[in-house]
Amino acid sequence: MSIALVDVNAGRAAKRAPRVRLSELDVLESEAIHIMREVAAGCTTPALLFSGGKDSAVLLRLAEKAFRPGRFPFPLLHIDTGHNFPEVIEFRDWRAKELGERLIVRSVEDSIASGRAVEKPGQGRNSLQSVTLLDSIAELGLDACIGGARRDEEKARAKERIFSFRDSFGQWDPKNQRPELWDLYNTRVHPGENIRVFPISNWTELDVWQYIARENIALPSIYFAHQREVVRRPGGLLPVSHLVQPRAGEAVETLQLRFRTVGDMTCTCPVESGAATLQEIIDETARTRITERGATRMDDQTSEASMELRKKEGYF
Amino acid sequence: MATDRNQAAESDLLRFIAAGSVDDGKSTLIGRLLYDSKSIFEDQISALENTTRKRGQEGMDLSLLTDGLLAEREQGITIDVAYRYFATPRRKFIIADTPGHEQYTRNMVTGASTADLAIVLIDARKGVRTQSRRHAYLAHLLAVPHLVIAVNKMDAVDYAQPVFERIKADFSGFISELGARNVRYVPISALKGDMVVDRGENLDWYDGPTLLAVLESAEVATEGDNEAFRFPVQLVARPGGGRDQRGYLGRIESGTVAVGDKVTVLPAAISTSVTRIHTHDGDLQLASAPQSITLELEHEIDISRGDMIVHAASEPWGKSAPAITQTLEAHVCWLHEQPLDRRRPYLVKHTTRTVNALFEEIAYTVDVNTLERASDVSVLNMNDIAHVKLKLHRPLVCDSYEQNRPTGSFIVIDPASNATVAAGMIATD
Ligand SMILES: Nc1nc2c(ncn2[C@@H]2O[C@H](COP(=O)(O)OP(=O)(O)O)[C@@H](O)[C@H]2O)c(=O)[nH]1
Repeated sequence: MSIALVDVNAGRAAKRAPRVRLSELDVLESEAIHIMREVAAGCTTPALLFSGGKDSAVLLRLAEKAFRPGRFPFPLLHIDTGHNFPEVIEFRDWRAKELGERLIVRSVEDSIASGRAVEKPGQGRNSLQSVTLLDSIAELGLDACIGGARRDEEKARAKERIFSFRDSFGQWDPKNQRPELWDLYNTRVHPGENIRVFPISNWTELDVWQYIARENIALPSIYFAHQREVVRRPGGLLPVSHLVQPRAGEAVETLQLRFRTVGDMTCTCPVESGAATLQEIIDETARTRITERGATRMDDQTSEASMELRKKEGYF
Repeated sequence: MATDRNQAAESDLLRFIAAGSVDDGKSTLIGRLLYDSKSIFEDQISALENTTRKRGQEGMDLSLLTDGLLAEREQGITIDVAYRYFATPRRKFIIADTPGHEQYTRNMVTGASTADLAIVLIDARKGVRTQSRRHAYLAHLLAVPHLVIAVNKMDAVDYAQPVFERIKADFSGFISELGARNVRYVPISALKGDMVVDRGENLDWYDGPTLLAVLESAEVATEGDNEAFRFPVQLVARPGGGRDQRGYLGRIESGTVAVGDKVTVLPAAISTSVTRIHTHDGDLQLASAPQSITLELEHEIDISRGDMIVHAASEPWGKSAPAITQTLEAHVCWLHEQPLDRRRPYLVKHTTRTVNALFEEIAYTVDVNTLERASDVSVLNMNDIAHVKLKLHRPLVCDSYEQNRPTGSFIVIDPASNATVAAGMIATD
């Protein structure tokens, strides 16, 4: 909250009422708090999707702002691909414990083992999350899932509502969205249907980083510059891990880098960077000439419309 | 991080909508704004060059930047409202990009509902057309504070000043009939870039600001400047859970409140005073729209979601009391394919309160192209704008839309389908 006051000392006799001037981040923050509280008031069994990534770390801070000193009116839900960076999983568990809120984990491995999801070689597991998510929504009877997607990420996202309605198959129909006017959100659904809610829709990547710095929000270490072994593949650098081993003829390089998004280790590419502090990341983000997903998500490069297709299948 | 905070505080946020009919150059203009303000990333530029080449053209077609979804390209249509973001060192911008086809009214109403400024595009070769009037009317109906008439394709008329002046003269009669204030005219070429971000060399006779300069300098009147304090209660936090007093959670929709202020809880009309303004970052002495806060009050009163807290009449800014009413006169825009069925009750969601409502009367509809009124109407179809009278099952606490956008607006929900079927703006009586 920024606290520049106008006219305060002029007191109550002033012609104009004193007022608080808010920065752009304050306005975005207040909008997100308002949205979370509308979910609490209008939905019966919501959950907050927490991946351990930076956007969902921001969501948790916003939930604290909306509901503390009370408890969150929803559990945290993680759809674990089984391909996550260990640093991210460690952070996820630590943060849930620190908040004292309930964390539910459902795993893509289980969906694969039970035959609900089928792995496509070389494609990563980001899209398989949809199956596990839809199954979890049914199992837990969720009518709303709060997510950290932003409209500036991708063009299918640009057309997304803040309260985005999904039918009983979890599908997003871009041609049949509810019009969203002013800040009046329609939270009503029939049994079996659900809503995805995106409180930080109007934030950009830079807003997110500025907010993280302002609020001192803890993040997994992989967002900051570090040394890591990688191989060069078409589409970007890939971190070497038990899941990604160098192919014949591929050289392993050790580079100074960081991740701009966290996701499936087999298709999330780091960028070369020396930015080791939040301020350095903000400066780098302000200067960068490549979009977040363009730089880091091989699965979004597969086709021009990858995100749109995944969303229609029930992706976040 | 004091420095970041200051940086953020200097550049504020402007939401705007660009309105134009098909082929007026809206996509090219938005592409131009994004490109010349260096908001386009390298991977987007190379994708753009690829697509332009694939379509057998040269260079880079800026209109493709806002090109939509697969579903749209397959069917050669554009869907609905897309939101785009760009920033200059002065400001952050959110563009509501609405396509210009038949469902135009519905989409433009949606985009304009949150806009601080509307750009209405006019093709210099074609001059003022029916659609131009429609766009200006809708922006005015939605009470968008600033209107910019951008006369586009000036390159196609040899950048001739008389063309611009004629369009300006043609349009200003209509604009003053509407009663719109804060109107500006800017000649531009979205294609060549003149007067959008850079002045260019072809419009020397024009000495006003570039389009971007207008966007950067338009004053954003936040609801904090509206002095009537309005606080619809979103949620009630009971004692326990770390709290020994009831707290009322919500967002200030307009005005400012301070600890010690005398307030009235509506519609019950019970008076008390503010003892505490709480946020997760600590207590405040003073809070303004659009802050989200928790209020604590002196007396234990039965307050629930949907109630509204306002200043008591004895307070200096408490004179303009909202109306408490069970009938509403309003302009509505019908948004759904399924027409209005006057036999059925609908739900009206206004601030945090949702009530049952019947459409008692349709006084008239407005033809958005001619602005002529038709009475004797019994049904509302998608894209219709009408003046209606609603009968409410329970009272609402409201202002007129003209006075207060957040407490003067509502949506209508069909309880059978749960679809959002209409948008409403409460009329001044
Ligand atoms: N000569 C000229 N043509 C323009 C200008 N702006 C757009 N156009 C052309 O007008 C046509 C329609 O533009 P587009 O941006 O797709 O229009 P939209 O349908 O309003 O989004 C395209 O062929 C553009 O190249 C301009 O400033 N001058």
